[in-house]
Amino acid sequence: MRALAQRFDYLFRSTKGLALVAIALISLETVLFGMLSGPMAELGIRDWWVRLTGMQLLPAEREGRIILLYHTIAQAVVAVEVYFITARLPMRAHEPALINGTITLGYTTSMVFGMAFAYFGHDFLFHGLFIFGQCVVFFAGLLLAKALWPFRPEYRVTDPAYANWRGWDLERLAFFVMAVSTLISALFGAVPAAYWGRGQAAFLAEDVIRQPEKTSLALAVIGHLHIMLTLIAVALTLILSRWFDFKGRLHKLGMPLLMVGTLIIDIGVWSIVVYERTAHIIINVGSLPVLVASLLLVYYGWRQATATRLAEAGVSRPTLFQKLGALFHDPLRFGALWQMVYMNFVVTFIGIFMAVRLDAIFRQWPLREERIALTGHWHILSGIIATIILFYYADLAGLRGRARQWFGWTVLLASDLAFATVSVFETKRLFVSEAVQQPLVTVLMLLTDAGLATVLLMLGLLMVWRLVDLFRRDGRWARELAEVRSGK
Amino acid sequence: MSRTLLSLSLALSLLAACSAPAPAAPPVVATGVDADAWADIPAGPFQFGLHGEAAAVDYDFAMMVTDVTTAQYARYLNAALTAGAVRVAEGRVLGFYPGDPFHGLKHEERIDAGDYLHVPLDDPSTRVRWDGQIFSAPPEYADHPMVMVTWFGANAYCAFNEWRLPSDLEWEKAARGPDGRSYPWGEDIARNQANFYSSHDLFESLAGIGGDTTPVGFYNGGTHAGYATLSNASPYGLYDMAGNVWQWTGSVYEGVHYRSLRGGSKDTYAYNLRAYTINNATPTYFSPAVGFRCAR
Repeated sequence: MRALAQRFDYLFRSTKGLALVAIALISLETVLFGMLSGPMAELGIRDWWVRLTGMQLLPAEREGRIILLYHTIAQAVVAVEVYFITARLPMRAHEPALINGTITLGYTTSMVFGMAFAYFGHDFLFHGLFIFGQCVVFFAGLLLAKALWPFRPEYRVTDPAYANWRGWDLERLAFFVMAVSTLISALFGAVPAAYWGRGQAAFLAEDVIRQPEKTSLALAVIGHLHIMLTLIAVALTLILSRWFDFKGRLHKLGMPLLMVGTLIIDIGVWSIVVYERTAHIIINVGSLPVLVASLLLVYYGWRQATATRLAEAGVSRPTLFQKLGALFHDPLRFGALWQMVYMNFVVTFIGIFMAVRLDAIFRQWPLREERIALTGHWHILSGIIATIILFYYADLAGLRGRARQWFGWTVLLASDLAFATVSVFETKRLFVSEAVQQPLVTVLMLLTDAGLATVLLMLGLLMVWRLVDLFRRDGRWARELAEVRSGK
Repeated sequence: MSRTLLSLSLALSLLAACSAPAPAAPPVVATGVDADAWADIPAGPFQFGLHGEAAAVDYDFAMMVTDVTTAQYARYLNAALTAGAVRVAEGRVLGFYPGDPFHGLKHEERIDAGDYLHVPLDDPSTRVRWDGQIFSAPPEYADHPMVMVTWFGANAYCAFNEWRLPSDLEWEKAARGPDGRSYPWGEDIARNQANFYSSHDLFESLAGIGGDTTPVGFYNGGTHAGYATLSNASPYGLYDMAGNVWQWTGSVYEGVHYRSLRGGSKDTYAYNLRAYTINNATPTYFSPAVGFRCAR
């Protein structure tokens, strides 16, 4: 019994344990419900899986099911980010446990009952619990925002190397702005959906993209999903800035840029319902400083990683190859930042190209082709966010030595292969006509599936490693729990 | 930029060529379904769209039981050419369209009166053949849906015969009937009930994944060349209202130049075959997965 209590303590009271639980649940959900689409559907596994599990999949409810699925995964991802934030940032003694406990209750309730409602019949008690879970997550967000309030004397910056304004911590302010933006943006989706949606009018944003006059509900939903993904990415950028101990002149430049950019994007998105015409322009204006801030972090992080490795190796006058070797030495730290750069090639640049050539090229395609491009676009962004979290967690979980090398490089190369092939797939009509596309599509799908399957395999191995560890009396978990208890 | 695109295209084509299946000629299958038949659809209420909004068509109308076939379209082209309704120029069939009202909305394209493309004759996917004098349909595709036809070409076919393309409302009522079902036959879809991506039908296995069109009325509950099908007839007896080829409809919406495409196709996953699935394209669009049928 004591052994169980200790493991429960580890899993639900330590940052590493909480992150492990959340990532494991996301993995499980991905596996269970990933059986319903893509190659699994083509191979007939979907039909078998539906029969085996007793899922009830009415065709007309597909959109609603997918929306519930996205929400439950997104909330678990938000929870993981919250765990990292409460671990990294100074707070009052009781606050991390309170926030972590609240959000854990929220996202797990939401995930279990949301999925039960969506896929296993419509017991509205389950739907109520799904909504309750979301409310609890929101409440945890309120607690986090309060805890992040930067204008308390004890949170003043003591080291002038960090971005500050008259001693007030600008990085903490950026965290606070992100948290409050996320709360308002969550309401931006929740309020219109509750008011207009009535739960009966679920739709996917990509399906209404060509409607010239979108309803207020449609605009709010489109705004909501874009801003939430953006803010998840902003939060991750801030978490990485703590991981790399971002400081100095670039930090002083980057934090205000990130904060101002976030606020401008907020204004653009929140204004979309009342003034759609200018919303995109405002969002684009706000995106630029956010992108610049993230690239400043990348530059700082790579330079720091290179310098640290060279110092460890005792190289004082390195050649170019020695510098590159040092940069590539740690695939987790390199990879997390590389994904932020790579994102520009497979998300930003394609998005800008689509926007610039929308009427000339993309609106000449059928809606279903444009829809593929849109869906691919945000799936890639979500995938990139997921891999960065994975790199960070793998480092946190203590992956070292050869395992770290294999895991890091495999995830990095396999995921980027998948993202690249999806990018080509979503823009294939630029290269190939429908008449002769099938061989290309077949190859792209194979490469995408191979890349994604490899990433999932590595994720599975990481989870199994930590799961097996839990069965050991003096496993890593015990040491990590001891660290938590000793306040390290 | 263009050089990069070209290089990428070449590289991908080379890669793709490694796994390209050798296309085989499809078998000629007599389904027994009359492509000249019409189904009567009574006036009445029905559920429209994904959310089942209450709608009604308050007049009786009729729709073709099947998509227009390649053979039917070839016959029409010969008649229309003789009547001067279409002309052939630079490997394309062209015809006049009187234009759409233009409202100047964002993303709206102007469609003025003039000659527009009906069928590209020089595209490898085009099945209708033109020998310089006469249009014909190759025997292996004579009973398959007419594809590679623009909205203008579909609209002209119906108009030439004094019919019309169905409106979105008419199309969906004909597909779903009055009870709001998702597919023309109900709520579940089987692989041998419609032609969709990876449905593993007789023609898909011949042409590789992604597959080919099936003859109109192929999914009628019969067994064709050893392949047993389930009927996909709608409540009013229309075949292939889900899958095989997307179907142009005739509705022109204010401020929108796109034309609706309904029913899903051989190239889409099964969920796109739901009767309320939204798709659209510019009226000049043509594809090996797009056809049409008429209403009257």
